[in-house]
Amino acid sequence: MQAQEPLTILIAEDSAADRLLLSTIVRRQGHQVLTAANGAEAVDLFRRQQPSLVLMDAMMPVMDGFEAARQIKLLAGETLVPIIFLTSLTESEALVRCLEAGGDDFLAKPYNQVILAAKIKAMDRLRRLQATVLQQRDLIARHHDYLLNEQRVAKAVFDKVAHSGCLNAPNIRYLQSPYALFNGDLLLAAYTPAGDMHVLLGDFTGHGLPAAVGAMPLAEVFYGMTAKGYGLAETLREMNAKLKRILPVDMFCCATMLCLSFQRRSVEVWNGGMPDGYLHRMATGKRVPLPSGHLPLGILSAEAFDDHTDVHPMASGDRIFLLSDGVIDTSDANEQLFGVERLQQVFAANREADRLFEDIEQALRDFGGEARDDVSMVEVSLLEYAAAQTPAPVYSDSGQSSPLDWSVSFEFRGSTLKRFNPLPYLLQLLLEVHGLRAQSGALYSVLAELYSNALEHGVLGLDSSLKRDAAGFALYYQQRNDRLEALQDGFVRVHLQVRPRGEGGCLLIRVEDSGKGFDVAKVMARPLEGLRLSGRGVGLVRQLGHNACWMDEGRSACVEFFWGIEA
Amino acid sequence: MTDPHVDRDILDTLREVMEDGYRELLETFLADSESRLHELQDSTSAKALSDVAHSFKGSASNMGAIRLAALCQDLESNAKEKSPEALAQLVADIHSEFADVRPVYENEKHPAHTH
Repeated sequence: MQAQEPLTILIAEDSAADRLLLSTIVRRQGHQVLTAANGAEAVDLFRRQQPSLVLMDAMMPVMDGFEAARQIKLLAGETLVPIIFLTSLTESEALVRCLEAGGDDFLAKPYNQVILAAKIKAMDRLRRLQATVLQQRDLIARHHDYLLNEQRVAKAVFDKVAHSGCLNAPNIRYLQSPYALFNGDLLLAAYTPAGDMHVLLGDFTGHGLPAAVGAMPLAEVFYGMTAKGYGLAETLREMNAKLKRILPVDMFCCATMLCLSFQRRSVEVWNGGMPDGYLHRMATGKRVPLPSGHLPLGILSAEAFDDHTDVHPMASGDRIFLLSDGVIDTSDANEQLFGVERLQQVFAANREADRLFEDIEQALRDFGGEARDDVSMVEVSLLEYAAAQTPAPVYSDSGQSSPLDWSVSFEFRGSTLKRFNPLPYLLQLLLEVHGLRAQSGALYSVLAELYSNALEHGVLGLDSSLKRDAAGFALYYQQRNDRLEALQDGFVRVHLQVRPRGEGGCLLIRVEDSGKGFDVAKVMARPLEGLRLSGRGVGLVRQLGHNACWMDEGRSACVEFFWGIEA
Repeated sequence: MTDPHVDRDILDTLREVMEDGYRELLETFLADSESRLHELQDSTSAKALSDVAHSFKGSASNMGAIRLAALCQDLESNAKEKSPEALAQLVADIHSEFADVRPVYENEKHPAHTH
């Protein structure tokens, strides 16, 4: 047995001889002794000196031991101050009273010093155990508060990042647990400079702060690259590389990313590890599944990453529905999963398209699944195209260094055309000219249109009339991929010329390609408002830019942008 | 030879435990007992008698006065049931038992005394 630390022990006993005997025994065992001749004295001494243990006679004048024990336990609060009743009480009723008053043990008269020493030791162990438990409880509580506070801060920071996008756009409906961030679900949406919309629904492995930490750079890349005009492929590559670099090996992010083009009436989809999404065609009522064709983000090296996307035509009013695995993995009391079939039954039974979320939630409740807080659903519909109306980005420079008299020419050749997307770079260059910033959306739309015309119809020789129906649409993108893969020669040239003009300036864009050209007169004869799937975007370019014209049998396109005095 | 009044083994233990305080303990016990006897004499209710007897029993047992403790135990347990005459008799018995053992404790005060 290890040596016991000396304790301060209060002895409350009205019989002077017993008090003297007991205090002598206890003192000789190495403890400090306080003595009281009745209950009131005992309570008073306890209050002033806080002894660690009390030896208490039951029957005492002024205040008996039962009442004194109650008051001392009250004063001690959560701290365990063991009370050993000194008693020759033999009736069980009296012993019960001792316990009810808070007594922890008994010591019978006549006193036996060996038993007394053993009891003091046992009670001291109990007392220390309680103190340790309290200390650890307080420690845990402090850690818990600390953690909650960190999560609150992380959530506040993250909400700022996640909601800087356009989740509140009229064509987006979503349902997410308010603490979705901490179960790893992530939903982002933002406009591209051309007015297309990028949407990402992600699901991190892991929960809590680690998931939130991974979500931050993902969101930054999403917003940053979308705003600069990068497409899905480049943005996904960057996200994958970044997550691969920063996440531990057992952590990754399943994600579906969409590029919804209102102008082209199409959606481009990349799904890595998420449950099937669905493209709901309103005209036929059919739901086209958008299955996962890739590994999640953050697993593959940059070299092995596959950024191949699928493109589907969409009609005005068509909807895309994405969901997290929280929906289909909801389980009932027998651990049965809700599953894809039940989800499709909900689809089939759904009468009002606008009530799909509610129908799914109701089905999950009816299924008897335990409510999960990681159910995320989003529905994005295709609106009628209205020329790029995205808010102009905020810039931090003064405008003093704005370059106003320059020109530059690029020639992008075969192997570059396969992979490189020069549009973000060109746009960034042009936005150094302050006067152009107010029309960055239109500028980007026109550049993107001219470049993709030059590449797809010019260099690759694709027939735009293919895109008139859904089957042709798929064929078009199949051919685009095949021809791009096989591309050896050919070029797209981009000439940019900026000149001062009065108080403002003028930008001339000329895009040439190595293709066969087209019948300019025939295309120009079409009515302007006919913004259709095909037609080489001529209408769009003419609407958004000035003096648009095509030369060299359609192989060279020119358009101008003007700006006046800066505000 | 066992003494039916005082447990000599308890006295030996007490002497050992108390060392220099043994004499004080004896004096305290004797003085305490005197006042308990007065209290018994003055008590009018069965409850008061029982309470005093309880305390007296405790110290008597601690001091090895085994017959005194047993008489006090009888009084403590049966004060309510006994007739006034029987109670008076029991109190008188306690008085005389104390008178009998008192010299033993007085005698113990002398340091040279051994058994």
